[in-house]
Amino acid sequence: MVSLWPSIEPLLDGVAKPARYIGGEQGATVPVHGGGQVAWLLIYPDTYEIGLPNQGLQILYELLNERPDALAERTYAPWIDMESAMRAAGVPLFSVENHLAAGDFDVMAFNLSAELVYTNVLNLIDLAGVPVRGAGRTSAHPVVLAGGHCTFNPEPLADFVDAFVLGDGEEVVGEINDVLAGWLATEPELRDRAALLEGLASVEGVYVPSLYRVDFEGQVLTGITPRTPAAPPQVVKRTISDLAEWPYPKNQLVPLTEVVHDRLNVEVFRGCTRGCRFCQAGMITRPVRERPAAQVRSMIRAGLERTGYDEVALTSLSTADFSSIEDTVRAVVGGECGDQQVSVSLPSLRVDAFTVATATQIAHARRTGLTFAPEGGTWRMRRVINKLITEEDLYSAVDAAFSNGWRRVKLYFLIGLPTERDEDVLGIAELARRCVEIGRRHHRGPTVVASVGGFVPKPHTPFQWFGQDTAAELRRKVNLLKDACRPVRGLSLRWHDPEATAVEGLASRGDRRMGAVIERVWRAGGTFQEWSECFDLSKWEAALEAEGLSLESVTYRDREPDEVLAWDHLSAGLHRDFLWSDWQDALAAVAVEDCRWTPCYDCGACTDAGIEHVVASNVPPAGGSQGTGQDLATGDRVPVRFVTAAGAR
Amino acid sequence: MADRLRVRFGKVGKIRFTSHRDVARMWERALRRSGLPVARSQGFNPRPLVAFGLALPTGCESLAEYLDVTLAAPVDGPSEVPPWGDSYPDLVTLGLALSEFLPEGIDVGALAMVPSDASSLQQEVTSCSWELEVLGVTAAELVRRVELLLDAPTVSVRRERKGRHFDDDLRPSVRSLALFEPPEGSTASGSPSGFLRAELATRPRGVRPRELVEVLGTDVVLARARRTQQWIECDGARFEPLSADDLGRAVGAPHAMGRAS
Repeated sequence: MVSLWPSIEPLLDGVAKPARYIGGEQGATVPVHGGGQVAWLLIYPDTYEIGLPNQGLQILYELLNERPDALAERTYAPWIDMESAMRAAGVPLFSVENHLAAGDFDVMAFNLSAELVYTNVLNLIDLAGVPVRGAGRTSAHPVVLAGGHCTFNPEPLADFVDAFVLGDGEEVVGEINDVLAGWLATEPELRDRAALLEGLASVEGVYVPSLYRVDFEGQVLTGITPRTPAAPPQVVKRTISDLAEWPYPKNQLVPLTEVVHDRLNVEVFRGCTRGCRFCQAGMITRPVRERPAAQVRSMIRAGLERTGYDEVALTSLSTADFSSIEDTVRAVVGGECGDQQVSVSLPSLRVDAFTVATATQIAHARRTGLTFAPEGGTWRMRRVINKLITEEDLYSAVDAAFSNGWRRVKLYFLIGLPTERDEDVLGIAELARRCVEIGRRHHRGPTVVASVGGFVPKPHTPFQWFGQDTAAELRRKVNLLKDACRPVRGLSLRWHDPEATAVEGLASRGDRRMGAVIERVWRAGGTFQEWSECFDLSKWEAALEAEGLSLESVTYRDREPDEVLAWDHLSAGLHRDFLWSDWQDALAAVAVEDCRWTPCYDCGACTDAGIEHVVASNVPPAGGSQGTGQDLATGDRVPVRFVTAAGAR
Repeated sequence: MADRLRVRFGKVGKIRFTSHRDVARMWERALRRSGLPVARSQGFNPRPLVAFGLALPTGCESLAEYLDVTLAAPVDGPSEVPPWGDSYPDLVTLGLALSEFLPEGIDVGALAMVPSDASSLQQEVTSCSWELEVLGVTAAELVRRVELLLDAPTVSVRRERKGRHFDDDLRPSVRSLALFEPPEGSTASGSPSGFLRAELATRPRGVRPRELVEVLGTDVVLARARRTQQWIECDGARFEPLSADDLGRAVGAPHAMGRAS
């Protein structure tokens, strides 16, 4: 194995942001190869700035490098200028630590956090000099793996990735390494790739798509079934039961150049049971597992001291729900976690005044903007999606924010939700307008930004049967909002490109036939599709047509109740009948409460896996909105479903 | 009056591909880890009072980068106690500790206390010395091009600023330019190359190494550039803001001393 650095170095003078390619981050491990370890190349298929902070990748990087029988390096998608310089100079994809060719590694393991990066995955495999389709690889090639939230419907990438991992990676990564180490211990000429794939399929939580048959009748998917007894009929996600056993990353990478989320990140809990029906992350990461408060504090203290950061983010899907949030914030702000001034950021704020009070405690100086996500424009809409924020919750939160010195409030909304009517869309403008009014009571020129995204139905959610709004319909709704927001001074509207939303829908719920479409788009030069300057709908339309598919058939139509879904053979722990009844509740605008503090709905996530919520407090947080500590009947007649004793734990 | 610590550091190897702003962030983190009592700006969003000298173009190496750190005045205690208390007994220890907190390729070469009223690095520095490795032409041809450039009364380059074209004359900023023999084994690549030593003024207009190489001809390629010194001219004399052997000197750089007295 030879470092490619001498060939890479001359390319760096001619490309933008060359620091993306040099490695050298504090906390990085530069492993020594050749000791018989399984060599992993961990790949984030987007730019360095987006990929470096990814905590999942960093956790696996540390766990692998701690093992005596494994080593891990990292790489990211080179930007277009660098890729063309590399191809012109014959330089393959390389790792950032030792600058070794990707093809020198035993494993290329991708993090899949977003669907629009799929064409980049193909491009990176190709840039590594590895056949893009799994069927074309031999035992001399690296094994291509993928993990991350998108693997809960991996079918669009099934032709290109040898094995997918579902769920938490902490435990399963070691089991996969054992299988690979055993296989690599045999003589190279005796290595049988088919045997390796069967070995991987025997690991719980690992899905090897080539071992499954996909049947269609005409255009209708009729089943995905194992070809061999080595592959289980259903692959169930992995779940770690106790976050306290995994205090990672211990050595968070400190990049040399600017990246997103450039701060210390400490995960305070995993999973969320607020039950927002549009939210795939909240569905597939159940149950809630909190990290002990004392461990959170010690991770913050050690992390700040080691990195020199002056900001820490407490990460989770809804950090204000962390049982020890107040104590933790007080400890950091009060200097218990180091003697320098530190600011705390809380991504994913809940919408209520209590949350703002916490935010006020932490933001000494940088009181520039605060973000809330009511998601729906009317109370009816928010019951449909089970985002149980009353108007009073929102207005009191916004009032608290403006009265505590914030001048800019950002509101996140979705459009294209199930049962949505124009009045729900216009409700977004009305809510935002009233937030500006509240702001005027406190400041002369308050700003409210309403940021509107098009809804993409995701697998393993109650909305998986819903026909996504067409790009044209989303555009019409955006135009309604533009007209409604224009006269309001201080209100600005931002929206996501409806065409990109449509393509995200293709990748989100597409079946195995999408592979050929993705390959065509990649071959037509369609990389970095999540970047607006690179996104090109016409490439997708041409590819769909060539494959006899359409946006209509893949994502715009409603799914039939008994239809086989492309991810039915994969389980996030959730029972299909739970999702179906939650879907029916949604259509009837029936809200459900958070099961952390109320009886179990038997969704399946805990019971089938033999695990439970790990929550320090057995009562909902003070002042908590969203279906706890509030009378859901106020403001409107809200039916709340009560669960029978049989469903309770 | 607050104390000011002047630090000279190098930036060599892979890390030269980071930007000036990246280096500023590295220093902010390193200073926090060092526990030095860095003074902070007043106002809404207090920032540590750290001032860097001339920006080094991304991709260039340097043996002579500088920053000035304003230290918070000691709250009380005898005046001979340095502002960092007993965490670092002397400047040598402090310099070594700072290097430890900085990434590979960035090392503290020298540091000294300077009078807090010393003028800023950015204003003071009048020229920089560079070593440049260039490819593309033979040594003899390179000699000829250098002579041509030095003999020319003006060297005009067209530059666009804010949508308008300007013709700049680079010649007055090229103080000196000559070939030199590099020490063994210091070439960037295997191909034949020439080595230039240049002193480029910062005023009236700063010249970047890449601009200088461009005026030597389109066939000349800059392979590597390394800033070796920054110079301050004062009353006909030439100083470095801090020379490389100033490690651990508790009182200021010669020019600063001169000004203070």
